[in-house]
Amino acid sequence: MAGVKNIFDVVGRSLGAQMVRMNTVASNMANLESKSGTREDAFQPIRPVFETVFSDNYAQDGIATVDAMDVVKLEREPERIYEPGHPQADDEGYLYKSAVNSDEEMVEMLEASRQYQNNLEVLSTVRALMMRTISMGK
Amino acid sequence: MKVLKEYLGFRATALQLREQRNNMIGSNIANAATPNYKARDIDFEKMLQAQAGESDLRKSSGRHFGDLDQATGQKLKYRQNMNPSADGNTVEMSVEQMEFAENSIRYVSSLQFLNNRISGLMAAIKGE
Repeated sequence: MAGVKNIFDVVGRSLGAQMVRMNTVASNMANLESKSGTREDAFQPIRPVFETVFSDNYAQDGIATVDAMDVVKLEREPERIYEPGHPQADDEGYLYKSAVNSDEEMVEMLEASRQYQNNLEVLSTVRALMMRTISMGK
Repeated sequence: MKVLKEYLGFRATALQLREQRNNMIGSNIANAATPNYKARDIDFEKMLQAQAGESDLRKSSGRHFGDLDQATGQKLKYRQNMNPSADGNTVEMSVEQMEFAENSIRYVSSLQFLNNRISGLMAAIKGE
């Protein structure tokens, strides 16, 4: 994996990580009403695992970014509902509904989107400062 | 070159330190949602003094230790957070945003100072 060298690496990878988070929220929300005939096949919400990535000489430059190392399934018990007319229902007429909590996903989405914006703000400020520095003495 | 550097004064060093601090605050903001991440920062005043070869500890012998941070080469500090969080992350977005804004403004002021010095030098060179 390529090293983290400057603020653009920091912001770029952080934006990527927040994007993964947004994607997992979208997947979870899309499967809010998913039903399945067996407990094992029922949809379980997914979440990214964030991990800090330090630059090679962190003690000197103090640069660190974040990466979504993995996407894991949350072990939640799916809701068992009685719906005998459903084509996927099991022998007893039960279905397993996905264990996604829409409120929780909304909070997750808001947080991811705010953090995405914060990172973009850092990027635009640093970029503006650099442009001014380049034209120093003119 | 040394004369030029002296002419620009400590502002040139300050500009570098301000840039490093901006990078570090940017790193903190990037890690605002990482469990167990501890927000880091540098003590700007102290770093500037150290770069200028000053120390708040008086030494009467060359074998005395100076500042502990200088002696150990430990520059990065941990931010003390006001509100603890359940996931062990010590980044407080409000604090980081405020520090980032202040640091950026101070960067611009150092830059402006350097620009003024350079244009003064240019005027002297051209003799206009």
